[in-house]
Amino acid sequence: MKTLLTALPLLATLGLPMAALAETDPADWDAVTSAAKGQTVYWYAWGGSTATNDFIAWVGDRVSEDYGVTLEHVKLTDTADAVTRVLTEKQAGQDDDSAVDMIWINGANFASMKEADLLFGPFAEDLPNWQYVDVDGKTVQTDFTVPVEGYESPWAMAQVVFMYDTADMDATLPTAEAMLEWAQANPGRFTYPQPPDFLGATFLKQVLIELTDDNDVLAKPVDEANFAAVTAPLWDYLDALTPVLWRQGQAYPATGPAQLQLMADNEIDLAISFSPGEASTAIANNQLPDTVRTFVLEAGTLGNASFVAVPYNSGSKEGAMVVANFLMSPEAQLRAQDPSILGYGTVLDMSKLSEDERTAFANLDLGIATLSPAELGTVQPEPHGSWMTRITQEWTERYGAGQ
Amino acid sequence: MTDRAVRRPASAARSFWGALPLLTLIIMIGPVLAGLLGTVLPAFGYLPAAGLGAFSITPFTDLFAWNGIWAATRLSVITGFAATFLSLAIVTLLMAGWSGTRAFRWLETLLSPLLSVPHAATAFGIAFLIAPSGWIARMISPWLTGWERPPDVLITQDPLGIALTLGLVTKEVPFLLLMALAAKGQSASTQRMRVAQSLGYGRVSGWLKSVFPVIYAQIRLPVLVVLAYSMSVVDVAMILGPTTPPPLSVQVVKWMSDPDLSKRLIASAAALWQLALVIAALGVWWIGERITARLGLAWVERGTRNLHLDKTTRPLGIILGTLSALSVLLGLLCLGVWSVAGFWGYPDALPQSLTPKNWARHWPDISDSLITTLLIAALSVAVAVTLVIACLEAEHRTGRSLSQKALWLIYAPLLIPQIAFLPGVQTGLLMTGATSGLWPVTLMHVVFVLPYVFLSLTDPWRNWDPRIDTIARSLGTSPTRVLFTLRLPMLLRPILTAAAVGFAVSVGQYLPTLLAGGGRVATLTTEAVALSSGGDRRAIGAFGVMQTLAVIAPFAIATLLPYWMWRNRKGLHG
Repeated sequence: MKTLLTALPLLATLGLPMAALAETDPADWDAVTSAAKGQTVYWYAWGGSTATNDFIAWVGDRVSEDYGVTLEHVKLTDTADAVTRVLTEKQAGQDDDSAVDMIWINGANFASMKEADLLFGPFAEDLPNWQYVDVDGKTVQTDFTVPVEGYESPWAMAQVVFMYDTADMDATLPTAEAMLEWAQANPGRFTYPQPPDFLGATFLKQVLIELTDDNDVLAKPVDEANFAAVTAPLWDYLDALTPVLWRQGQAYPATGPAQLQLMADNEIDLAISFSPGEASTAIANNQLPDTVRTFVLEAGTLGNASFVAVPYNSGSKEGAMVVANFLMSPEAQLRAQDPSILGYGTVLDMSKLSEDERTAFANLDLGIATLSPAELGTVQPEPHGSWMTRITQEWTERYGAGQ
Repeated sequence: MTDRAVRRPASAARSFWGALPLLTLIIMIGPVLAGLLGTVLPAFGYLPAAGLGAFSITPFTDLFAWNGIWAATRLSVITGFAATFLSLAIVTLLMAGWSGTRAFRWLETLLSPLLSVPHAATAFGIAFLIAPSGWIARMISPWLTGWERPPDVLITQDPLGIALTLGLVTKEVPFLLLMALAAKGQSASTQRMRVAQSLGYGRVSGWLKSVFPVIYAQIRLPVLVVLAYSMSVVDVAMILGPTTPPPLSVQVVKWMSDPDLSKRLIASAAALWQLALVIAALGVWWIGERITARLGLAWVERGTRNLHLDKTTRPLGIILGTLSALSVLLGLLCLGVWSVAGFWGYPDALPQSLTPKNWARHWPDISDSLITTLLIAALSVAVAVTLVIACLEAEHRTGRSLSQKALWLIYAPLLIPQIAFLPGVQTGLLMTGATSGLWPVTLMHVVFVLPYVFLSLTDPWRNWDPRIDTIARSLGTSPTRVLFTLRLPMLLRPILTAAAVGFAVSVGQYLPTLLAGGGRVATLTTEAVALSSGGDRRAIGAFGVMQTLAVIAPFAIATLLPYWMWRNRKGLHG
């Protein structure tokens, strides 16, 4: 035991300089698929949504049929657990057979893994289905302003929408200010997931974008010199909003889907969502009343992409690439966009698809609560990842740790 | 000492039996120590994987600079003491006032299986019962309350942790009651009560004065385990506890899973602070025991019969006990209803429609994880029960009992907050090459299952009448034959109870399963907790119901098998 323990720091340092080499060149697709056959891919993905879990199970069936790859969904409560796992493996010198083969990832988790050299790649732009991806129209080559450089492969687009219950609310709200006024007139009927929850942090960013005049500063890393000045309108807004929130802001729902439950319980009337199709899917699953609809703000709302990344020490990199490639296929993308299944936005460019595929996308019934692509309006880019970290930190100090 | 010559075993056999307790200790303590080291180093700034290698006390100064630290600390301490004290009080009142009555047996039958229900499932059930839009509110709204919409009041997640405390109490009452009942068989309580009552003592005061000290001495470690657990619980606190700020343990988990890796330093410092709090709390409880003992002794010596005590405390005991059982049962029923619910809006008392869709949808996941769950539980319980019996038999044969210190070491995994050493354990497992799979998980479960098995089995085992052994040996029976033909069969009930407790413990483990399995081992509990973050009550309901069913069987066996085996041995029905 003693030698084992003293060896720990030593092994950790030994692990650092080891190169992360792929057994197979991602560009040689035949070699990738033949190496992938028989591999088992452990996909670490958030397991909090039944709709997503069902979709991933379907992906597993399909890659097993077509490529002989077995897909196992490891259901996470927090994506950072997977990051921690890979880090721990690196610390312990486990450099060639990680428990993790693929992670559903974006934003800060991607940035820290990329920075710490924990990712395999570049591979994404070598995948055959990359040809269909809407590189110009959708933010798939930067992730929260961090260049992706092929270290993760996109599979879904997300955009902020607000869900509201038409049984309790007459009209949509065009701006953040209008939301505040509505909340003051209807105390206790609005809340957002508690930051640092991803969606809660997104709400803060959305409000900041609404209130600030200078969006350029948000595209750059946080500068402590002007952080207070830039974010002052956000804190004024929240100081006014918090007392009229659900439970006077003393408690918050843990996650986005937890808000659905509050809405179904008629505790709240208004909630933020990062998936335009989520409300329709939830109605189909009995999780929301069928009176719920969605709206976006006049000036547009935040959007970003969901990616999958492969750890540097995965033992099934080829299998993971096969899954990543399948996720970008028109077949998988069409299914993901179907609101009765998942309701996620596609990453594909319609003009690059065949006539049949285009028609299939056009014929999708988006569901009663889903806005059409035109109605979704302007997609605002994500601020630099450091803003999310700093705002969340500041929020926790102000509202999350003792009144 | 004439029996000495008879009992002296061959020296090889003696060293074999002598080594067993040591082996068990290593299995128990090795992972804890390795894990603690993995926490201590980062707490002082050493985390090479994140590029941090300089020793400093900055993590601690950061921790105490966090403006939620005192609120989080207060929550941990207050909920810990309140939950432990209340649970012990309810169990004491119940046993004092109702032991031996029909009502008590009825409540006992009701409460014992509840022990097995996973904490998270109970907490969800209770949350949905008492929330402003919960089942209770739905049943009396709007016709009685006038609430057309749920009132905006803070009932769960309250800053004082009242809901959290109540949630813990409903789970710890069955645990302590079962432990106390196991102890009761060896406490000669019937005889003691007969003497006390014939001397004119009231039921409650007679029990408190003559039986409680004996029983408490036997359930002392379980009580301390409840204290340590209640202070550092994670899953129940996430469901019922406040979030602004959360209790300390939840905050540790949050920092631990922050994408910013340097946050693991403050997380480790907070984990050590949690450990210090638990140790301090155990000390305070110990002092409380001395004071209670002194006051209690004075009360006993005064000799007052306290008959009036029965009038007030007996109803209180049965009411609190019934409430505690009812809230868990109704909560479980609620999970069941949710698992088959169509749309269910407020203020409907029942869903608009019932549908098997939820079950059909989750069944593939449920059946896979059920098999894994049962396999791990069966293996870890088999290992734990074998080791515990081997230890106890070794103690008997070598005549050397485990020292009090060694005992505390066996319970260390239960007294030390999981969050303080599990992440370090993960690193240790990786280094020995056991990266993932069933075996590491099973071994990790043994660490947590074994103390509970030990806890429930030790006292019944030691209190087995030694005269039986003496008689058998003097008739020429070998020690092994005594073990298999007399001791084990006679102790069947406590052994099965211990195994059932161990089984329930294994099924309920979240953090150890996740960390030792690398997330690849999906049990009912890991799946349910993963789903819980999404708040999908239908999915949680289905998994919660399944978890409950999966652990009810061993308890049924533990209760029924002895009755069947001893159907013609009336004297064994203690």
